[in-house]
Amino acid sequence: MDITVNILLTIATAATPLLIAAIGELVVERSGVLNLGVEGMMIMGAVAGFGAGYLTGSPWIGLLAAIAMGALFSLLFAVMTLSLATNQVATGLSLTLLGLGLSGMMGTSFVGQPGVRLPNLDIPGLSSIPIVGKLIFGQDPIFYISIALTAAVTWFLFKTRTGLTLRSIGDSHTSAHALGIKVIRYRYLAVIFGGACAGLAGGHLSLVYTPQWVENMSAGRGWIALALVVFASWRPWRVLAGAYIFGAVWIGQLHAQAFGIPVPSQMLSSLPYLATVVVLVLISRNKRLTMMNTPASLGQPFVPDR
Amino acid sequence: MKKLLIALMTTTAALSMAASAQAADKLKACWVYTGPIGDFGYSYQHDQGRLEVEKALGDKVETAYLENVSEGPDADRAFERLAREGCKIIFGTSFGFMDAEVKVAKKFPKVMFEHATGYKTGDNLGIYNARFYEGRYVLGQIAAKESKSGVAGYIVSFPIPEVVMGINSFMLGAQSINPNFKAKIVWVNSWFDPGKEADAAKALFDQGADIIVQHTDSTAALQVAEERKLHGFGQSSDMIKFAPNAQLTSLTDEWGPYYISRVQAAIDGTWKPDNVWLGIKDGAVKLAPYTNMPADVKAMAEATEKKIAGGWNPFTGPIAKQDGSAWLKDGEVADDGTLLGMNFYVKGVDDKLPQ
Repeated sequence: MDITVNILLTIATAATPLLIAAIGELVVERSGVLNLGVEGMMIMGAVAGFGAGYLTGSPWIGLLAAIAMGALFSLLFAVMTLSLATNQVATGLSLTLLGLGLSGMMGTSFVGQPGVRLPNLDIPGLSSIPIVGKLIFGQDPIFYISIALTAAVTWFLFKTRTGLTLRSIGDSHTSAHALGIKVIRYRYLAVIFGGACAGLAGGHLSLVYTPQWVENMSAGRGWIALALVVFASWRPWRVLAGAYIFGAVWIGQLHAQAFGIPVPSQMLSSLPYLATVVVLVLISRNKRLTMMNTPASLGQPFVPDR
Repeated sequence: MKKLLIALMTTTAALSMAASAQAADKLKACWVYTGPIGDFGYSYQHDQGRLEVEKALGDKVETAYLENVSEGPDADRAFERLAREGCKIIFGTSFGFMDAEVKVAKKFPKVMFEHATGYKTGDNLGIYNARFYEGRYVLGQIAAKESKSGVAGYIVSFPIPEVVMGINSFMLGAQSINPNFKAKIVWVNSWFDPGKEADAAKALFDQGADIIVQHTDSTAALQVAEERKLHGFGQSSDMIKFAPNAQLTSLTDEWGPYYISRVQAAIDGTWKPDNVWLGIKDGAVKLAPYTNMPADVKAMAEATEKKIAGGWNPFTGPIAKQDGSAWLKDGEVADDGTLLGMNFYVKGVDDKLPQ
């Protein structure tokens, strides 16, 4: 039984950063902006989170720093693409490149230093209940944030007026603009929210997942988050499903190898990607619904005609 | 005003001339790394070697490096740029730089080139490597002594000879203590992905391993061992700070002494292309202080280390291959060529080698 609980806990840890970054990007894309800089914002969050935690000794300050850094870094993207109407794809890509380089430079003095780790939740009595205790009441704080965030974003997008407005901007910024909606302002806020989420995901890497700083430690997770959003057809709970399927197959293949299953390891390593894509494509195979969910003006720059 | 300006200009000119005259006396030594020097692993250790050169040779030498150079056509440009910038001796530290170095070395016959872990040499191109497998034998013995479950978890990157050699040497060491010792092997197909390495360590521990060994570069796996109150070995650099209660020892690369001797030779004009494979006895492969183990295990590890330093090779027969067929006869020692091309497991390894 213990091993099952341990495996589930490991899966949750692997899925959490993907989920958070993807939920943030989902809101950005729902507003019609494509930010390919997730990887860059994530790594900036990771270095800021580690640095602040290491220098102050408090992982909580680290967490806040990670969020703030992600938001700040995304602001750069927002100014470029929204105010200066640059190409979103190119700007997003350069944001990633800049983030990877800049974080390496900022983190030079943190290399080889042990960091601080966010403590797991520990509720006396509850956390020690066998099996469910650890799963429900004994995980790291960011895990709970990630679940709450998914619920909150679902509610916001589909149950509030502001959420409706945001989605309408994503579908047609010109119509929204004609209705007097402040398109650019909404998009600014969405991009910054996405940046804060990516920063938080990065903080999870350097404060929970592997409490250390090394260059390039995000190792492509930002790209996986980006793919999750598309394959989940811009639906928050599907993103959660995708992140957990990815996490489960990812951990599962490591167990399969350790167990000695005679399948080539390269094949096993590619399984998480394959499985996640297949499952999400199957979930969202209804063409009409997918069309409805796809933000129609995704990636198109918008210049208000005064 | 004009006079002052001219005076200023002449002073700066004189100063900069003095500076360049001084620079001319210095030998410029350069390095090319495939990873970031911030990886706290392989490239980091090479860069520590560069810093040791600076420290030891002081103002006789000037150093420069290029990091994150990808293996392939990019490498050509990196080496050529350094050669043009006046580097007199250039160290390429990754296997994949081999052909680029061969090419650029031909173009710049007056520049001295050195390549780590490769096998092609030239008139002005030497090669060097370290016998990490020697250290892995010691790790195997410690693991077999310290493990309660008799199972180690082994996290590995890619099935190249260097890694296969390490697994085999580790198993030979472990079997010399406990013939039934098992290692569970997980390939993560990456040199460097802290998250994946941590996940692999968790999976291995969950399946009953109680000691972790790695041939990947980050400290993540050791940190998991620390959390679970189990043990493991560090890799490339001493990782004791990350796992003060978990690290038994760490297999570290010490390139400093080699680099110092080579740069010194270049300064003296005695440099010649060479082919060296350095081991424990040369100080290039080092085991970090033995910690978190009883005195008798420590004594055993030290004795083995001494035996290897004295010239004994862990790959000394009788050794059988994985399928039970004979490989080395009693007393027969594996030759370097076989080791450098190793693509098979020895008996007792519980894994199918990915091909």
